Amino acid sequence: MKNEKNKVLLNIGAIILLFIVLWFCNSTFDNYKLRILNLSGIYVVLALSMNLINGFTGLFSLGHAGFMAIGAYTSVLLTMDPAMKQMNFFLKPIVPFLANIQLPFPIALICGGIMAGFVAWIIGAPILRLKDDYLAIATLGFGEIVRVIFTNTQSFTNGALGLKGVERYTTIWWSWGIAAITVVFMVLLVKSSYGKAFKAIREDEIAAESMGINLFKHKVTSFVIGSFIAGIGGGLLGHLIGTIDPLMFRFLMTFNILLIVVLGGIGSITGSVVSAVAVTFLLEQMRFLDQAITIGSLELPAVPGMRMVIFAILLMSVILFYPKGLMGREEFEWDKLFSGYYIKRFKVRKKA
Amino acid sequence: MSILRTDAIIKRFGGLTAVSELSIDLHKNEIVGLIGPNGAGKTTAFNMITGVYQPTEGSVYFDGTDITGIKPHEITKLGVARTFQNIRLFKDLTVLDNVLIANHLRLNSNIFQAVARTANYRKEEKHIYDKSVHLLKEVGLEDLMNEKSSNLPYGKQRKLEIARALATDPKVLLLDEPAAGMNPQESIELMDFIHDIRDRFDLSILMIEHHMKVVMGICEKIYVLDYGVTIAKGNPEEIQNDPKVIEAYLGVE
Repeated sequence: MKNEKNKVLLNIGAIILLFIVLWFCNSTFDNYKLRILNLSGIYVVLALSMNLINGFTGLFSLGHAGFMAIGAYTSVLLTMDPAMKQMNFFLKPIVPFLANIQLPFPIALICGGIMAGFVAWIIGAPILRLKDDYLAIATLGFGEIVRVIFTNTQSFTNGALGLKGVERYTTIWWSWGIAAITVVFMVLLVKSSYGKAFKAIREDEIAAESMGINLFKHKVTSFVIGSFIAGIGGGLLGHLIGTIDPLMFRFLMTFNILLIVVLGGIGSITGSVVSAVAVTFLLEQMRFLDQAITIGSLELPAVPGMRMVIFAILLMSVILFYPKGLMGREEFEWDKLFSGYYIKRFKVRKKA
Repeated sequence: MSILRTDAIIKRFGGLTAVSELSIDLHKNEIVGLIGPNGAGKTTAFNMITGVYQPTEGSVYFDGTDITGIKPHEITKLGVARTFQNIRLFKDLTVLDNVLIANHLRLNSNIFQAVARTANYRKEEKHIYDKSVHLLKEVGLEDLMNEKSSNLPYGKQRKLEIARALATDPKVLLLDEPAAGMNPQESIELMDFIHDIRDRFDLSILMIEHHMKVVMGICEKIYVLDYGVTIAKGNPEEIQNDPKVIEAYLGVE
């Protein structure tokens, strides 16, 4: 039991350390670096929400961009001040009940999450009866439907013009604060009896059902919670970038998050966190590859998109060495850290 | 008093009648066998009792109430647990987790209480944990508690599957070929084990089995199916001497 207490202390210590580092970054970094740091926090939130649905419950869902869009639009419309709304909606006026509403950022964020969760609850009933690839196709379709609807409901969303001049509320305290809350929530959820039930559904649906687990109820619960978090992530993203439009929430967005989840390990919280930060930083660090490169006397012309080619090669090599992602289904544990397990794990794997 | 009764249940898949007019009567604390050649409809009968399939005609009664058409998880909650012909453990989870999950259906806390670790939830969790460890001790798997369940040897996986079913607090246990793939020594141990859990957990057991030694050794009553039709029922001796059964298993001269 003393050991347990030590671990709690270590966990609290780690969170405090994280925020000290963040404070340090916040006061020394320039805007560009802070933007990347913010983005990685948001991607941690998004990756975890997808991991809950895809990794822990085993529902192959590809509708994430749709839920993010719902969350982003809801929260942005709720925080934007009436004058700004009028400027944005110059082609077609905004519906009256949204025109004068303005809520504080945290409440708007939660509203965005609730809206995404609500939609997930409504579409979950028919869609979650499907399995595997069929579920993937249906949720993929859902994501596209949301995008098309948002493009065409001009008096709500301003259509393809998008919403500009969004107040940039998202600071690193918001993005990383919510990331930390999400991590803690996920750890508690996954360790609880409900988390185990989710895993049971992932492992074997038929056995889970015959053990008395209400498949439908648990699948919908996981789907709604995941979508709620995705909605909040979408809201954070909207308030970071300062402008949102339907094209932001294409399938490519879902794909990016899926990539983070697979790379980190499907069904590993640690994996998602590490890989979200790593991928966001790497993609930025490799920007120089898009420009002309001079190596000695050799001059390579600038090839736009070279960055993604190299990134794809990097990904392939990681998956070759770690077919189940960096962490597989393992989680970070203090005991493992102190016993040098991670050093061994990554050394041995490299040789193989 | 019969605890589980099927009243002339029929299952048709298109033109094929997989089970026709099967009437099983399982009394309290009885061990009843369901035998028959491959494809006779035994597992289909199990699936109808546990709610996986809905009978085309007829009804299933558990403890006097009609449970026909109820969902599998609800039937489990009422007190009918089962194992599977091809072992269906939660392979990637530990032995202990497998048993813990089977307790989930009796959990009263909702998901928010569980995440917030309320006092009530912690109490429930502690109870579930103690109960599961105790159960694993009773079936002799406690030293493998933290082992991944797919790493267990075959016989122990079978045992774990039974333990997992027991964790749902059943009144009736349905075993689908528990001795499949076991050697004679293991089969005898299994017979003792089944007898043992029947007494200790106050169970009534219905089992499908091909292993004649096991069936004849522990079943008090046996039903024989062939092409979905019940061709004989009775105690082991009657079954062994029934010409129809001999014909179904060995063919006619």
